[in-house]
Amino acid sequence: MAVKILVRYGEIALKGKNRGQFEQQLLRNLNAAVNSYHGRAEKMHGRFMVTGPDEHCDLMIKKLSRVFGVVSVSLVRETELDIDEIKILAAEMVDRLPDDQDTFKIETRRANKKFPYSSPETNHLLGAYLQKLNPNLVVDLKKPSFKLSVEIGYSKAYLFLDRVAGPGGLPVGITGRSLLLLSGGIDSPAAGWLAMKRGLFVEAVHFHSFPFTSHRSQEKVVELCRKLASYCNKIPLHTVSVTAIQKELNAKCPEDLAIILLRRMMCRIAEMISNKRGLQTLITGENLGQVASQTLESINVIDKGTGMLILRPLLGLDKSEIIELAVKIDTYETSILPYEDCCTLFLPKNPVTKPKLATIEKYESNLDIEGLLNEAMASLETTIVKEY
Amino acid sequence: MTEIYLDNSATTKPSREVIELIGNVLEKTYGNPSSMHKKGLEAEKVIEEARRHISILFNNRASEIIFTSGGTEANNLAIKGAAYRNQRRGKHLVTSSIEHPSVLNCFLFLEQEGFSVSYLSADTRGLVNPSGLESLIGKETTLVSIMHINSEIGSVQPLKLIGQAIKKANPDTLFHVDAVQSFARLPMKLKEWQADMVSCSAHKIHGPRGAGCLWLREGTMLQPLLHGGGQENMMRPGTENAAAIAGFGLAARQNNHSLQQKTDYLAELKIAFYNELQNSGTSFTVNGPSPDTGAPHIINLSFPGLKSEVLLHSLEERGIYVSAGSACHSRRSDPSHVLKAIGLDNESLESALRFSFSTFNTKDEAVSAARITAEVATDLLSMFKK
Repeated sequence: MAVKILVRYGEIALKGKNRGQFEQQLLRNLNAAVNSYHGRAEKMHGRFMVTGPDEHCDLMIKKLSRVFGVVSVSLVRETELDIDEIKILAAEMVDRLPDDQDTFKIETRRANKKFPYSSPETNHLLGAYLQKLNPNLVVDLKKPSFKLSVEIGYSKAYLFLDRVAGPGGLPVGITGRSLLLLSGGIDSPAAGWLAMKRGLFVEAVHFHSFPFTSHRSQEKVVELCRKLASYCNKIPLHTVSVTAIQKELNAKCPEDLAIILLRRMMCRIAEMISNKRGLQTLITGENLGQVASQTLESINVIDKGTGMLILRPLLGLDKSEIIELAVKIDTYETSILPYEDCCTLFLPKNPVTKPKLATIEKYESNLDIEGLLNEAMASLETTIVKEY
Repeated sequence: MTEIYLDNSATTKPSREVIELIGNVLEKTYGNPSSMHKKGLEAEKVIEEARRHISILFNNRASEIIFTSGGTEANNLAIKGAAYRNQRRGKHLVTSSIEHPSVLNCFLFLEQEGFSVSYLSADTRGLVNPSGLESLIGKETTLVSIMHINSEIGSVQPLKLIGQAIKKANPDTLFHVDAVQSFARLPMKLKEWQADMVSCSAHKIHGPRGAGCLWLREGTMLQPLLHGGGQENMMRPGTENAAAIAGFGLAARQNNHSLQQKTDYLAELKIAFYNELQNSGTSFTVNGPSPDTGAPHIINLSFPGLKSEVLLHSLEERGIYVSAGSACHSRRSDPSHVLKAIGLDNESLESALRFSFSTFNTKDEAVSAARITAEVATDLLSMFKK
């Protein structure tokens, strides 16, 4: 048996001329989201309707409530555009509720103005009918124990009791394409999620230093991408080895500058990948003032390493808020698996907190930057990570 | 790049014949051994043939072998089965601090269940001292479980002395031996050990996962872990994994002759590896028994100044697969309980690697692995020392 799920969207309805484009993108994303459950989305009078098999109903609702641009979703019952049919279905739905749900409200939305009763009239007719069948029912417009909603469409009417909140935001892909620097920690997945929420399509790059880090830490990054992909269908993941760069820095540069120098190299590699893939901005999980490489001075020096735009969506959040977000989007548990930084060989004990660009550039002039970048790019591997 | 697999204590590569046989059994002998028709009988025959081949390695009767899903289940069945079955006689149990987790965690569980457990310590060579055992065992002691070869360091326990001490103190105390590492590598001297139960596993002897067995002395009663149909003398119900059991039987058959020759060959590989590494000038220490006394196929070494996991992955880059004595995490460090129990210092704990050989390895491989290990260790040390 097929079930129908009504999908509501918010912000994008306000976007005037761009509306059609936004709706097209959201429709594509909705279809991609339910494709593996054999569901299909269609446009319908300011909403989308997803039809899919009964046995995947709960999974489809969960998945749809993760599509950016969606405000809420509801499992609906469908009936004919006929007040008597609507009454019968309403009575059946109310009948299934527990007895203690005895205060109610009816909310009708009439998209199809040809339906003979206005929204308030429909509310009234249905309410009176339900109270006739169940004399215990009391109308309570402020704090009802249940709310029965009715959508009058152009060919059918839809009734539902519950709404599941969506993430809001903009449909992924609508604002551009980006590259997320994904470390495996708590911050970068949260930064990626926020970027997606504002409509960016996200690819990810992970820098590893095998054999100084393990395969498990790379698998962990794949798992993080899989979790993020549940919000955006897929994430192309690029992995690059920076072992040679780290060895070179270890040999030729002061220990306390190594992190800044490495971050600049990582941004340059990310820029090369972006140029190859047509990506417009880098996304990092950097925050302000948390650790040595995140002072304003450090961020400034890191920024000067490339010509690319670098967005830092976490900048306004406290660590506790970032953790809260990571828990909410389900990446936290994976992030805290203890695989990264297998060895502290390349971690300086006292990194410089106020690096000077001139000093950094002086040390870089001793390095074969181009050779190191090319060597790193030669290790590039790309996989498309999907939820299933 | 040529691959040199030296992690044979973790698992072994199944032999080609074993893989072929398993495929054949899955394809043709798919009947349920309990079925009354011809298909059932054929499957039953496959299992009984495997049981006979395995019994040769025990130098004992086939009827005393109970097939399980592997070594862990065999250990669980022996330990929990014996403890529960005999709990009216007593609730005291004995094991050692260097057992495999599938043994140690059974005892930890039984402690929560109200049993009391004594843990024998081990010396720096990884040997359990049997002298205190006799006074430890009383009327209440129903079970002693001691492994044969230690999987991490290769120490070989003096099972004859341990068995004597147990049976002298209390002839009714059951003696269980975890022989997962020694089965088909050293002889199973059941009489000499005075053992009542012995566990082993197929995938450590070039057989498949999913099959193992518990040898159970005739007349020894256990409380089964599972309840179901009457398979394996009511001791291990569940439709038999005929294909894996057949593979186990064939692996046993391929290993049930010229055991001494195999043992000598493995020891030769180990010594060749050790000598080559020593001649290279790399600094390392041996953990547990000295190379000439331990198990023929296991050697555990520490490389001071290095980290196990980094060394392991660097060897992997050169095609050599080994095990680390501990995982080195930045947030959590959990060194091996065995290496800790034999008193290694932190530097040795953090840099321990286990090399374990099988008859599939060649002497060339052993020598070449030692050379590469020396190169990699020297290379890494220059970076760590900076």
